[in-house]
Amino acid sequence: MELFFNQFFNGIGSGVVYASVALALVIIYRTTGVLNFAQGEMALFSTFITWWFTDQGLGIVPAILLSILVSMVGGAVIERLLIRPVESDKSPLNVVIVTLGLFLAFNALAQLIFIKPGAEALQMPNLFPSGNISSSIGIRKSTIGYAAILVVECVLLWLLLQKTKVGLKLRAVASNPESSKLVGINTGVMLMTGWGLAAGIGALAGSLAAMRGTGFDTSLMQQVLVYAFAAAALGGFDSPLGAVVGGLIVGVAESLTVQYGHYIGLDGIELVVPFVLILVVLLVKPNGLFGRNIVERV
Amino acid sequence: MSLLELRGVSGGYGQVNVLHSLDLEAQEGEVAVILGANGAGKTTTLRAICGMLDKVDGEVFFDGSEITKMSTQAIARAGIAHVPQGRGTFGDLSVDENLRLGAISRSDGGVGADLDRSYEMFPRLGERRFQAAGSMSGGEQQMLAIARALMSRPRLLLLDEPSLGLAPLITRDLFQQLGRINAEEGLTMVVVEQNASLALDIAHHGFVLETGTMVVTGSAESLAADESVRNAYLGF
Amino acid sequence: MTAQGESSVEAPVEGPGLMTRVPWLRVVVGLVFAVVAITLPFNNTPDVNQTFSQVLYLAIAAMGLNLLTGFNGQVSVGHGAFYGVGAFTSALLVVNHGWYLEATIPVSIVITAVLGIVVGFPALRVKGLYLALITLGLAVLFPRVTAKFVEGPGGVALLQPTRAQVQSLFPDILENDQYQYFVCLVAMVLLFWVASNLMRSRMGRAMIAVRDQEVAASTVGIDVARVKVASFALSAAYAGVAGSLSVLVTRVADASNPLIYFQLSIEFLIAMVIGGAATITGPFLGAALLVAIRKRFEDTEALAPALLGFALIAVVFVLPDGIVGAYRRLVARLRSRRSSGPSDPRPEVARSNSTGPDLAGTELAGPEPT
Repeated sequence: MELFFNQFFNGIGSGVVYASVALALVIIYRTTGVLNFAQGEMALFSTFITWWFTDQGLGIVPAILLSILVSMVGGAVIERLLIRPVESDKSPLNVVIVTLGLFLAFNALAQLIFIKPGAEALQMPNLFPSGNISSSIGIRKSTIGYAAILVVECVLLWLLLQKTKVGLKLRAVASNPESSKLVGINTGVMLMTGWGLAAGIGALAGSLAAMRGTGFDTSLMQQVLVYAFAAAALGGFDSPLGAVVGGLIVGVAESLTVQYGHYIGLDGIELVVPFVLILVVLLVKPNGLFGRNIVERV
Repeated sequence: MSLLELRGVSGGYGQVNVLHSLDLEAQEGEVAVILGANGAGKTTTLRAICGMLDKVDGEVFFDGSEITKMSTQAIARAGIAHVPQGRGTFGDLSVDENLRLGAISRSDGGVGADLDRSYEMFPRLGERRFQAAGSMSGGEQQMLAIARALMSRPRLLLLDEPSLGLAPLITRDLFQQLGRINAEEGLTMVVVEQNASLALDIAHHGFVLETGTMVVTGSAESLAADESVRNAYLGF
Repeated sequence: MTAQGESSVEAPVEGPGLMTRVPWLRVVVGLVFAVVAITLPFNNTPDVNQTFSQVLYLAIAAMGLNLLTGFNGQVSVGHGAFYGVGAFTSALLVVNHGWYLEATIPVSIVITAVLGIVVGFPALRVKGLYLALITLGLAVLFPRVTAKFVEGPGGVALLQPTRAQVQSLFPDILENDQYQYFVCLVAMVLLFWVASNLMRSRMGRAMIAVRDQEVAASTVGIDVARVKVASFALSAAYAGVAGSLSVLVTRVADASNPLIYFQLSIEFLIAMVIGGAATITGPFLGAALLVAIRKRFEDTEALAPALLGFALIAVVFVLPDGIVGAYRRLVARLRSRRSSGPSDPRPEVARSNSTGPDLAGTELAGPEPT
């Protein structure tokens, strides 16, 4: 039982990362209708940027904040230059291909730019002290820290979306792009904002992910992306809340599966979990746990 | 002084021209009505004005300046409010948010007061203030769409088939309200309608379209009185 | 390396091209290609031949994906899984049951086709977005699943049949690498020929119709579900063949890297897109380019994927129809410059960026789909 709780909370830790990336995916999907396959690798690149800042002597917190800023700009630029010109209702495949190209490019660029041949794995300085919160409770301090960050993230996002003009405009564009133009909203700027926001969240997620375990490399986000997709799908791809809940569920499920899978001799089965989850959800609720029914225009 | 002028406007979707060299004028303060059968190009005309077509030949003038090549959002900000066919409400946002969005491009401080006015003008909206717009009935959404358009304090209001999908009684009330707004505030309107008689009631000028060409124009009274026109084009 | 029957589908957009107007030219070109293709392995080292073989079976896999995604519009990011199934089917039969490798290919086809049907049915119910995700899931899951059932030496999901185990029906005729090359060549030519004829048939036009306007297609009597599932099965089978051939050539079935089949799926997509989606020769050209880039930058670890990533993005901007599309547009432009009046652009049937709701894919279509 104790093990269960420990593993449960462990899962929250990774769940925070999945939830964040899923959030980014959902934001982009809702505002621009694009499934951003490159989300993970963009976050990876941002993570290397964070690391680079720390390597230049910056503390971890300013490094992360700076990296978020840089990533937001980068995300907006990518939307404007690479995504928008290519978006077309008639060939949706084009955008998918560009995001896949970005997937490859960002991963490779991170490798080329930041990794010297023969060097050992890079280390991301820890944001939270190691160890458990008390000797009797097996919950890591970092897990609490991560959870706190997720809460702050969600609150800030909620405030932005619900209480600001920009947020209202973003939601308008997500709800009805044509009518948004009719009320004078510059939809292009909103799309850039959406991508910038998602990129910033990704930067945070990646930086957090890099702190877990001993060192990180260019494979950091690939598995995370898969889990994040599962989380977003679970939540319905529609709702930021769904993404967060989905992320936490996937994180916990993964953690528990790793533990119990090990017991019953099925190692490595945890990767199956997210997809089983997606399948189950799609069979029961084709729009995910929180998704609305989107009518596909004929 | 004509607030809106179309000169030789042709345009359509993709390779196909729906409109053929249209001329149209709306004087400031009046209600102009565009009539015609289904597929005549009425909606396309409004979309041409708002820069929503793939390509447009000819010129569109608003308050003396040419707006032909401007983007839809810029045209909206210039003072043209378009209530599209099907209402175009933001379905998952609340009524209140929909109205605020109408005023989103305004930088003056009068938004709050205008919100109150909207609720006064359309009490039903006030009752559903925080409800999701998409959950309301067609008539209520139409009210919302018009109220939203008014929130931007437009100089020109474009309405695309406001009667579509609405019960006759509601439609009648709606048009009476539109007529009142025009009379009291002098708001210039261009209304596209299939329900010709109702539209001509509040209009000053009428334009009849047939397959993308203007076939008859004239004052509303003369159109309504002309039996041959009524029989041939207006269905009543 | 195109068979004679294939050249005729090279007709550019603007009507009968050089090839069809001058029929004997087609024969000549076909012969030249055939001669080149046949003599190729005898003038090169085993290493180079192996590379050629890789191009060939990669082309097959890319063609498979092309059938599903390019011609039928169902986006799959997981065809690597079918490839993997094919590879492991062959490897297992060879290692555990001593089959001849050639004999395993039909089994591979059957199994992957069935799998394609199994995936194709639920795929009918989900939005394109979720389909992409589910296929992604397949590609990612597959190595994990194999790891459960396959344990090669070292306990990893890796099968490496020895030379002795990979028994061929014709052991002594040609040097191994040359023989492999010819098997791949024959397979590719055959499968491309099948694809070409398929796309010119009723079924092919139905596939395209379903891609472009599903609802309209159903109203003209096309059984949309059947077409979609069949496309899935067929494209899976192609990938399966490619997988089996990969075992023939490299003598390895490797699932130790959990992301390998995802990466392969991306490669198929790259080959398809760069070569030209919804074309017949596109997947082959794309595969050739892909392998060339990979080989060229083999040493610098990340340079090849970086270039491929850029190439992919560049292709969408500069050559949205891939190399084949660009060639066609060039030819069309040259021809229209020669002719006097404005050219009459007939609807290009099989392009993945087709413009809208004309029922171009059905019986009512004009030019042949390519």
